Amino acid sequence: MAFELELISPIAVAKDVALAVQDYTLLSAQSLANFFRRPLYTGDMLQQADLIGVGSLPIVVLTGLSVGALLALNAASTLQRFGGVTLIGELVSLGMVTELGPLITGLMVAGRNASGMASELGSMVVTEQIDAMRALGTDPTKKLITPRIAATAFMLFFLTIIADLLGLIGGYGVAHLLFGVDTNQYWTTVWQTLVFRDVFTGLIKPVLFGFIISTIGCYYGMSTRGGTQGVGRSTTQAVVASSVLILVVDFFVTKLIFAIFGYR
Amino acid sequence: MSAPTLPSENAIASVVSPSGYAIEFDNVSIAFDEHVVLDGISFRLQQGETKALFGVAGSGKSTLLKLAMGLLRPDSGRIYVLGEEVTCMSEQQLFELRRRVGIVFQESALFDSLKVYENVGFRLTEEGLPAEEIERRVREVLRFVELERTYDMFPSELSGGMRRRVAIARAIITEPEVLLYDSPTGGLDPVTSNTIVELIMKQRDVYKTSALLVTHRLQDAFTMATHEFDKATNQMVALPKGQLCEVPMSFLILRDAKVIFDGDAHELATSRDEYIREYIS
Repeated sequence: MAFELELISPIAVAKDVALAVQDYTLLSAQSLANFFRRPLYTGDMLQQADLIGVGSLPIVVLTGLSVGALLALNAASTLQRFGGVTLIGELVSLGMVTELGPLITGLMVAGRNASGMASELGSMVVTEQIDAMRALGTDPTKKLITPRIAATAFMLFFLTIIADLLGLIGGYGVAHLLFGVDTNQYWTTVWQTLVFRDVFTGLIKPVLFGFIISTIGCYYGMSTRGGTQGVGRSTTQAVVASSVLILVVDFFVTKLIFAIFGYR
Repeated sequence: MSAPTLPSENAIASVVSPSGYAIEFDNVSIAFDEHVVLDGISFRLQQGETKALFGVAGSGKSTLLKLAMGLLRPDSGRIYVLGEEVTCMSEQQLFELRRRVGIVFQESALFDSLKVYENVGFRLTEEGLPAEEIERRVREVLRFVELERTYDMFPSELSGGMRRRVAIARAIITEPEVLLYDSPTGGLDPVTSNTIVELIMKQRDVYKTSALLVTHRLQDAFTMATHEFDKATNQMVALPKGQLCEVPMSFLILRDAKVIFDGDAHELATSRDEYIREYIS
């Protein structure tokens, strides 16, 4: 049996990418515009908030603690050489609040929920449930996508705060128990290091990441083709795309905030 | 087999659209990836009439229903549903029109995360009706399809035939003026098929609902052309020999993306077209 290698035209690929970006943009814009249209489906928003927020809590607690502890451990080994082990709190608080807290929480929730949204909506597409919803006079973007965007952005904000706090606690555990840093000294350093810009950076990111996770998950779900295999493909693509986009957006947001507020 | 009645059946009446037709296709064409599925399709569905759509698998029957519902947009041509041109309506406008049209999908397309009563009452919930009113109407329509016992069950707990009947209940709960059935008896046993045919016939004869019926089973369509629903006995009865084909029932056959037949049962039975004769034999 001979295998034929099918050549794909770069122009066709570029067209497909442009079309996907266009569809994603339209879907996102429409879903945002739905916030100003009735009905608002607050019940669905609360249900999604429970699924996304409360459901993700265990994984966020675990990763927050671990990342904070690891950050302190790695920072301490370097700081010890310069006799600056008391500065662990500064490094942990800055690292967790501005960067690692939002990023790790975003990536964790992306892995858990972007895939969930893509597979749930994808299954609904291939079993004609989305068509049925449209046929019953209900806008699926309003009923299914807008509540997911609201719930993800809202809950990721609070999940990040929890992850930050637990990261600081994890860092404190390592600093105090392994390196003998005084409790009062650690928490004073943590508190005094942070300025408005750091907190602002750390809290604006989860809202953006939440938007990315939900819109990417829903976009891949709604554009699913090809039965159960297609659902699997959409799920994988949603996780990969949302994770990559989170990393890219994180870089540019950080850069933008530095440009606005100046370097420390 | 008899079917129970809907208490509000006297209140249901078909509404005449400005164009006079329930559905009108005017030179409609659609292609997917260069593959032409429908090419220059034109036909009209009269008010109160049921039109059975035939064609081999992949001939575009389901696509035709989705076009009528505005779920797909044609590449060219015009489609009118209840006098409104769906081909130039926005999605928001279509949501309004779709409230007057019911559809039963090929695989039922019930929301698998919702219970039967939530599925059937979905449209009423969306319209913001009180919970008691929704429950009353859901029970009423489930009784109509003889499935009241499934009220609190999930679709996954139902058999294929039951799911199809729940889908019919969901489609008719708002008493639509037009119903679109996509292979409602496909893959079902003869007894269940007969129950569903009777339900469709009742919609046609008692409620005067206009309908497009996609089916692979010629016998179902011929049963509908040779029987009528008797309100008195609450079951379908065969028409006397002289009155055959007097019910509002017609047939449309698709072949190679085109309409090759559009007429009543008598015209179909006496057609000289070789393909049609082979198809109905």
